[in-house]
Amino acid sequence: MQQIRGTSLLVKALQEEGVDTLFGYPGGLVTDIFDELYHQDDIKVVLPRHEQALVHEADGYARSTGKVGVCLVTGGPGAANMVTGIATAYYDSVPLVCLSGQVASSLIGDDAFQEADIVGITRNICKHGVIVNDRKNLGRILKEAFYIARTGKPGPVLVDLPKNVMVELGSDEYPDKVNIRGYKPSTKVHIGQLKKAVDLLNTSQKPIFLIGGGVNIAGAQAELTKLVELTKIPVVTTMMGKGSIDTKHPYYLGNVGMHGSYAANMAVTECDLLFSIGTRFSDRVTSKISEFARNAKIVHIDIDSAAISKNIKVDIPIVADAKEAITAMLNYVNEHETGEWLKQLLSWQGAHPLTMQSNNGLTAKKVIDHINETCQDAIVVTDVGQHQMWTIQFLELNRNMQLLTSGGMGTMGYGFPAALGAKLGNEHKTVICISGDGGMQMNIQELATAVAEELPVIICLFNNSSLGMVRQVQTLFFEKNYSSICTRRRKSCPRKCSGTSDQCPPYSPDFVALAKAYGAEGIRVTTEGEIGAAFDQALKNTDGPTIIEFIIDKDDLVLPMVQGGKPLYEMILEY
Amino acid sequence: MEKRWLSLFVENDIGVLAKISGLFSGKAYNLESLTVGMTEDETVSRMTIRLISDDETFEQIKKQLNRCVEVIKVVDFTDSPIHMKELLFVKVRKCSKGDLDELFRIAEVFGVSIIDYDKESVLMECVQTESKNNALITLLSSDFQTIEVVRGGSVAIESISITER
Ligand SMILES: Cc1ncc(C[n+]2csc(CCOP(=O)(O)OP(=O)(O)O)c2C)c(N)n1
Ligand SMILES: [Mg+2]
Repeated sequence: MQQIRGTSLLVKALQEEGVDTLFGYPGGLVTDIFDELYHQDDIKVVLPRHEQALVHEADGYARSTGKVGVCLVTGGPGAANMVTGIATAYYDSVPLVCLSGQVASSLIGDDAFQEADIVGITRNICKHGVIVNDRKNLGRILKEAFYIARTGKPGPVLVDLPKNVMVELGSDEYPDKVNIRGYKPSTKVHIGQLKKAVDLLNTSQKPIFLIGGGVNIAGAQAELTKLVELTKIPVVTTMMGKGSIDTKHPYYLGNVGMHGSYAANMAVTECDLLFSIGTRFSDRVTSKISEFARNAKIVHIDIDSAAISKNIKVDIPIVADAKEAITAMLNYVNEHETGEWLKQLLSWQGAHPLTMQSNNGLTAKKVIDHINETCQDAIVVTDVGQHQMWTIQFLELNRNMQLLTSGGMGTMGYGFPAALGAKLGNEHKTVICISGDGGMQMNIQELATAVAEELPVIICLFNNSSLGMVRQVQTLFFEKNYSSICTRRRKSCPRKCSGTSDQCPPYSPDFVALAKAYGAEGIRVTTEGEIGAAFDQALKNTDGPTIIEFIIDKDDLVLPMVQGGKPLYEMILEY
Repeated sequence: MEKRWLSLFVENDIGVLAKISGLFSGKAYNLESLTVGMTEDETVSRMTIRLISDDETFEQIKKQLNRCVEVIKVVDFTDSPIHMKELLFVKVRKCSKGDLDELFRIAEVFGVSIIDYDKESVLMECVQTESKNNALITLLSSDFQTIEVVRGGSVAIESISITER
């Protein structure tokens, strides 16, 4: 057995785990590791410009490739900057291994320079977190970290690496097996339970499938489509489940929840059997719990037993991986007689299709429609806000399209870096980021990363001069008291502004000029007619990012909307 | 809302206690007492947890605990045959001569030991079930002015043939 340094074993571990891209930001506590990385050629090391963005980049990479995203940062501020990224990944079940430098074991507890208890800080937002106290445990801990991150319900794992451990000599062995007595994820389906669920399905009059992000994570899109076609039972999805079936599929009714479609929300309200797979029934999906699926028996399949009967009481709980469960179901289901029910659903859909009312020629919907017409094979990544909801409402997804969005946390600043991560993992795919003028500013510095890595990502920046999502809430529920939402506001503005003045100060920053300052391209679009040309120009820029800034009306709303705490069927349909 | 008992087998590692207590505080579960100590296997610790919850929350708590990588096994002691004891120290001060006599009598009747005393103070050591300890504290605090109470939280183990809780 050869004796090697901790840093060498770490790089060996990354190689054996098949890591091809690492997102790393250096600092005093990880210089030894970066030196080791300098001496190898297997792993591409990307330098983001902020550790929060770094984690979102690894997250976008992981969601779009299905591989584990790997982060490496220094201790103290570097580690603390990861917190939002880790929480975002945790609540959307994204597999990450986050490596942080730590002060030498002998200094821990001394309030040493850049000492921060990052394992403690992230304890409630990680799938697992551990500090390597002894060089001899390093290999095992790294192996376990990758295993825990990607198995069961995936999630971020934090490994804190004290400086002394990383330079200490020790075994060169990287284990090829794990055995963690407290962690035995099971994916197997209980066939008896599953048959019971299928029996319920067969005897129901008004069944509906509710599909969450678990189906996308499990890669069970093809199986789901088969299931729907075999049973002829209509489907609704959560935000995270969107894309699990072709959005143009005749049995697809749209999203449920706060900004779901009328037909989908009514379907869930009136169904007599809600057959749910891979969702945790977040409050954004259910709204008022007591009225949610009020007439229905509920079947719930989820890989996480703790997600079952947490928010919603279910009649048949099944703990299983979505793909295994659906595959098994295919053996037992048969075509369902849903004629009347389907007619009802279609009539709801016809009565209130998803639309967008606007006083403006240029709207987010028109831009998304353009994407629908021109892209059949792309990864679309959103930030958080109205633009996100419009994307989720109007974007068409087929098997070759993927949508990445921050669902559980709703983290502003997620979209742009995550899009860069997606591009790094999918060189040959078109990657489009949809962001807002608020959220774009939260990780704007990543333009430098995109320029440096020559990533031709197209950023559709919807500029409504406001934190639109919050403004919408103020419009609808706070008598248009526009408190702290105007992104054009300056000191000289009246303190209480109704937001209707013609003499608003110019927008800051000038996104087009800013893009250019970073060495990226910037295009401003103010009319509908310019949409096509702007995309054409952006597609021609193949060696760097392009921002297309779309100037839209701040009064455009996301509708329908269910006010928090109200039942799903009480939708605001127009304003 | 009901009183529940859990026995947890966990990895004997740093941070595990913080993980478990953090789970309770982070999710606003109602933790009443938690004791932890090493077992015959030095890599394993056992925790005895007392909490108050409704049925659904209790099911959720067990699942959440099971989800922790550091938790090896979760055993529900609420309705199973166990032996459970709690250590309680009570110091009674500013006693008259009559008070002292009374305290020695109480100790005898309640089957607890007096392990230290002087002319005006008594220290009792009580290793008995939590409900008996509760009863003793109620009695002492109604009859005496100045009492000081330190309780350890219960520890419990599965019974062999009889139950005592
Ligand atoms: C980090 C963070 N801070 C605050 C919020 C609350 N929030 C949600 S949407 C939103 C407005 C987003 O504005 P913008 O990016 O311009 O998008 P728009 O809604 O205008 O499309 C805010 C402030 C959040 N989700 N994340
Ligand atoms: Mg905006």
